[in-house]
Amino acid sequence: MWLTNSSVGRKIVMSVTGLFLVLFVTFHALMNLVALFGFKYYEAICEFLGANWYALVGTLVLAAGFVIHICYAFWLTLQNRSARGDDRYAVSARPKGVSWASQNMLVLGLIVVCFMVLHLIQFWANMQLPEIAGKTAMKGVQALATAFGPQWWYITLPVYLLGFAALWFHISHGFWSAFQTLGTAGDKWIPRWKCAAMWWATIVFLLFAVEAVYFTLHFNGIINC
Amino acid sequence: MDNAISFKLKIWRQASPQEKGRFETYELRDIPTDTSFLEALDILNEQLIEKGEEPVAFDHDCREGICGMCSLYINGHPHGPATGATTCQLYVRRFRDGETITVEPWRSAAFPVIKDLMVNRNALDQIQQAGGYVSFNTGGAQDANAIPISKVDADEAMDSASCIGCGACVAACKNGSAMLFVAAKVSQFALLPQGKPEAKRRVKAMLAKMDELGFGNCTNTGACAAECPKNIKLSNISRLNREFVSAKCRD
Repeated sequence: MWLTNSSVGRKIVMSVTGLFLVLFVTFHALMNLVALFGFKYYEAICEFLGANWYALVGTLVLAAGFVIHICYAFWLTLQNRSARGDDRYAVSARPKGVSWASQNMLVLGLIVVCFMVLHLIQFWANMQLPEIAGKTAMKGVQALATAFGPQWWYITLPVYLLGFAALWFHISHGFWSAFQTLGTAGDKWIPRWKCAAMWWATIVFLLFAVEAVYFTLHFNGIINC
Repeated sequence: MDNAISFKLKIWRQASPQEKGRFETYELRDIPTDTSFLEALDILNEQLIEKGEEPVAFDHDCREGICGMCSLYINGHPHGPATGATTCQLYVRRFRDGETITVEPWRSAAFPVIKDLMVNRNALDQIQQAGGYVSFNTGGAQDANAIPISKVDADEAMDSASCIGCGACVAACKNGSAMLFVAAKVSQFALLPQGKPEAKRRVKAMLAKMDELGFGNCTNTGACAAECPKNIKLSNISRLNREFVSAKCRD
């Protein structure tokens, strides 16, 4: 199977799952945005998804996307390290035009995974998981109030902002790199995809960051709207 | 002397592929700045021979930037700090008086060290042998203008064909990937009608050989294109991916 046996095939798997995850985080940020217009709308989305069959199928597909992307990341990195050889360069310099993010994708991905663990404990483990198990689940707004409220905000907010920052760097390279791997880039399109990657990463970062800060301020009673 | 500098050379010495290597530091005094870097190494070797020591082994041939034989990872850059130039086109004026210049061999599992700064780049030849050619029947060559080729494609193919196969892309890549080399060799034919009949077989065979020889996977950092002495463009890699995916999908 060329998607596992060949280097380009493996990169294709990385790019397709990566783009899928980019779409997911974008939808996620947009759905959170609803809360800024009124928590009752946010609750409506939580009710709509819950543990319905389509939400469960969606969760499984999403989990598969994450697992494949992460497994391939480790697999490719191990291969790349052994291809580099045992002797490392004593002096190495990052050439002009090579982004820092592009050389640290695994570390950036790991930071995002660390953030995700906390995020899943705070939300998924209180909302969809008990519902699947047939227990009483927390309401969406209630989970938000716990995570961003007086008791936890000083842990939640810094970890989330760090996770979003890592995600910005990760997408700023991953987005255009995916299109390059899929063979849809050329001399004209490489700068265009790079520009689109910057915009996309920045918009996603700003949406998430504004939402997290808003929730913190709201659930600590600093703003009341 | 006015236009001469003195500097230290921290050079990787390794007696054979099996033995462990180490850095040795040598001092060169009053080297005219118009000396090429390889000539500076020649001067060093003369001094070493006079002292009865083993000279430093390094690859070189044409010394005019077209053969792809010279290598050397100088101060963190393949072919040194100059861009769009090979090591033999690098001059001592690029460095400062009193500087310590670190010189290392290409480092990649697919390029084992033969001796000192010399590495075995035979892996690139093997990739070429796997499919980096076009087959012609015997007979007189066809008239050059009988097949119309657009100026854009002709220029692009020529740019790709300027790859000298030195391996700087592999040396620069943190993944030890030979994708830019393979991409250039695939592109020079993929863009021309003469290369089309064997295109599918070529891209599959060359990539399979590249993977088999232990080169890494491309992560599009772009270090290869940034360090390439012939300015081979990163877009070649996208073309290679496109050629490979379309060949695989038609299987």
